[in-house]
Amino acid sequence: MLQTPMADHAAPAVALAVRDLAVQFRSEQGVVRALDGVSFDLHAGRTLGIVGESGCGKSVTARSILRLIDHPGIITGGRMVLDPSTPREIDLASLDPESRQMREVRGGRIGLIFQEPMTALSVHYTVGNQLIEAVRQHHSVSVAEARNRATELLRDVGIPRPETRIDAYPFELSGGLRQRVGIAMALAGDPDIVIADEPTTALDVTTQAQILSLLRGLQEAKNISLMLITHDMGVIAEMADEVTVMYLGRVVEVAPVRQLFAAPRHPYTRALLRAVPSILARPRQRLSTIGGAVPHPGSRPFGCSFHPRCAERVGAVCMERIPDPVPPGQAGASCFRTEVPA
Amino acid sequence: MLIYILRRLGFAFITCIFISVLTFAIIRLPPGDFVDAYIANLAASGSSISIDQAEAMRRAYGLDQSIFVQYWSWMVRVLQGDFGVSMMWRRPVTEVIGDRLWLTMVVSLAALFLTWIIALPIGIYSAVRQYSIGDYIFTMLGFIGLAIPNFLLALILMYFGFRYLGLNVGGLFSAEYVQAPWSLGRAWDLAKHLPLPAAVLAIAGTAQLIRIMRANLLDELRKPYVVTARAKGLTERRAILKYPVRAALNPFASSVAYLFPYLVSGSIIVSLVLGLPTVGPLLLQALVAQDMFLAGAIVMMLGVMTVVGTLISDLLLMWIDPRIRLEGR
Repeated sequence: MLQTPMADHAAPAVALAVRDLAVQFRSEQGVVRALDGVSFDLHAGRTLGIVGESGCGKSVTARSILRLIDHPGIITGGRMVLDPSTPREIDLASLDPESRQMREVRGGRIGLIFQEPMTALSVHYTVGNQLIEAVRQHHSVSVAEARNRATELLRDVGIPRPETRIDAYPFELSGGLRQRVGIAMALAGDPDIVIADEPTTALDVTTQAQILSLLRGLQEAKNISLMLITHDMGVIAEMADEVTVMYLGRVVEVAPVRQLFAAPRHPYTRALLRAVPSILARPRQRLSTIGGAVPHPGSRPFGCSFHPRCAERVGAVCMERIPDPVPPGQAGASCFRTEVPA
Repeated sequence: MLIYILRRLGFAFITCIFISVLTFAIIRLPPGDFVDAYIANLAASGSSISIDQAEAMRRAYGLDQSIFVQYWSWMVRVLQGDFGVSMMWRRPVTEVIGDRLWLTMVVSLAALFLTWIIALPIGIYSAVRQYSIGDYIFTMLGFIGLAIPNFLLALILMYFGFRYLGLNVGGLFSAEYVQAPWSLGRAWDLAKHLPLPAAVLAIAGTAQLIRIMRANLLDELRKPYVVTARAKGLTERRAILKYPVRAALNPFASSVAYLFPYLVSGSIIVSLVLGLPTVGPLLLQALVAQDMFLAGAIVMMLGVMTVVGTLISDLLLMWIDPRIRLEGR
């Protein structure tokens, strides 16, 4: 198998190591394997981009890490180790979702930023109320002190006049400001890791750029390990250090961002990159798309799950066997083309 | 916010005027008037009055004038607090109704609070533990409560209360307090008699409110802000009670508006069965006897109480939902 080390210089410590994570949704219609052996490393202070089409398991991955998957989803296997090989090491998969330890992780060690700034905040409470609650959940401070911190957080995320905005209701703010509040909320417990689940999808392009640069600035200032979930290759190119490409609940390619764009190994990655609109394209040139749709995870194709849509099938083997997963901690692709020496 | 309240008050006032017109019209709908009914009554008991006497009675009660004049003179006196003289009781209407209005409100409010106290936790439980055994049990009990007529429930509860618990059932007061003036003892006696009628009246409304609360909360529980609350590290209990439950409370506020008139009107038969001195049975008697001033006063009061209930529910909604409170800010 073709492999290259993840980075040339000394790799930073791993903040979160996910190994063979498997999540199933069991219903009367049958068992859906939403995640089927997902592994990746999130390095301290770096940005890991997780990319894939809708329904590939990106959001389930984020929810699973925080142990917040909705009923009837259950984690059926794998480990999610925070700060491996340190005294703070803890396997999130082994915790009770309702336990005190898990609640301390939520918001305290891992913050979550949501896709929909409109619905991710409650309209029934002021921004300050919701933010102060998050501060006090993880710091034992007085209400007044928590309010000061909340104001500072709002200032940190670039909200003008935070002293007055703190008493505003979410529906009185624009979408961009709401998403900034969402980011402030994720940072309220001073987490080392932030998971951003499609943080810019619901925003217009200008606001997107502002939010992304805000995230990058905060990451540098607070040395945050950022897990950025998106379907947008442009966001990946701008933000990520390393990239994990997911398809139908599996990791199909892992690569440093430059390598991913320069020499994508997996046919799915190549197809995704071809589907990015380019300003250099000739007028009226048709945008390349990936044929077909993502199959429902309940009716996963036999063999390599991408083979029905793959333009570069090697042969019968693609339909008969599942290619080996990408070894953890390394770059590579889960594809027979890379397994078979050319 | 002030504009919102003023607008509500304005609507309430207009509604009250329509209620008074409708009330008057409905009372005049049945053929004949009080004197006809009175004559029929006398005829049934074997005596009669002359046509002159009947005409004199009509003149005395103003029944010979046009409908508009009758309405106007009725309204003018109503606004002065004079609801006229009950023809059946031959006493001022206000005197006839007397305590009954307040007792009706006490019973209705007790039933309403009981409805809330029972429906809120069960509704939350049923939604959070959807399809659990407890959910199914409460659902079943709720439907049974909806299906059983109130008066039947009243009879059953009276029987069991009397037979096995030795409660003195029926009425709102013990014999020694029925005619007594208000005192601490009388109030305490009322409090002791209140649970049974309140429970009977509350059951059906409770079942309904549980279903509404459950459905609403199920919707809210799926919203992203609940995940936000959990992702902050809040306990499940706190995350649910603070956020989705608050959002699902709107129907509780609305319930004031629609449960209140239901409790008052629905209580007529129950009041008869339980022997409660509320306005329900009085209204029934007044309608049967075509005692229009008494019936009119009661229907009017019930209508106004409903409007007030709606107003209270609007204000509650405003308190619950900041989007309404900040309308136009």
